[in-house]
Amino acid sequence: MENELAGLRRDLLKFARLQLRDDALAEDAVQETFAAALSGLSRFRERAQMKTWVFAILKNKIVDILRERARSPQATPAIDEIPDDAYDDLFDERGHWREDMSPTSWGSPEASLNSRQFWDVLEICLTRLPEKTARVFLMREVLGLETEEICKELAMSSTNCMVVLHRARMGLRLCLDDRWFQGEGRNA
Amino acid sequence: MLNCKEATALLSRDLDGSLTLWQRAGLRLHLMACDGCTHFGRQIRFLRVALRRLPQERDEPSEE
Repeated sequence: MENELAGLRRDLLKFARLQLRDDALAEDAVQETFAAALSGLSRFRERAQMKTWVFAILKNKIVDILRERARSPQATPAIDEIPDDAYDDLFDERGHWREDMSPTSWGSPEASLNSRQFWDVLEICLTRLPEKTARVFLMREVLGLETEEICKELAMSSTNCMVVLHRARMGLRLCLDDRWFQGEGRNA
Repeated sequence: MLNCKEATALLSRDLDGSLTLWQRAGLRLHLMACDGCTHFGRQIRFLRVALRRLPQERDEPSEE
């Protein structure tokens, strides 16, 4: 059991760091999660169930922290992180894909979900997104918050919010394409 | 007629908000003729599937 908790703690920390990009805050969030979880741990006989439950607690903590942070006066807008023209190279002057930039098939990408290396590459690619962009994107895709809720929490217009999400997808798609689906990772 | 840059933005928007009927019709028309954008749409939907599983994924005992 102790080993399992140590492993779980590592997983939680990794997840919190990815989301918060601040080691001390991540550490606090995980600490609080454990404190909140401890009373209920014995209810779970299935390890997977327990993990899902503990992660749900952590997700809520992270959302709370992000909300607080978005209200602080130093918060700068995520929209400025990836410039407007960042992905212009992918398209020609008429806005069509350049021939060598046009997305090609990923085959059956679901098969990659069973590969441990795939998750490593995905994390690397997420880490390469600019901080605030990543945060908006993870709130949407990992924490599963509604777009409107995110925009409101982060005090962004919904247009800007969707632009940030789109740029994040562009960046993440390119990175995974390069490092996994067309790259060597997948066959390694 | 939409170009690919606009079509990809709409594909993304479709995951986050809602498209008007016109946007949806324009997008459908574009996708019929464009493999690149069709792949793009599938790929960003796959990203969603993968990311929703991220918290639970690291389930194997680590060897450290």
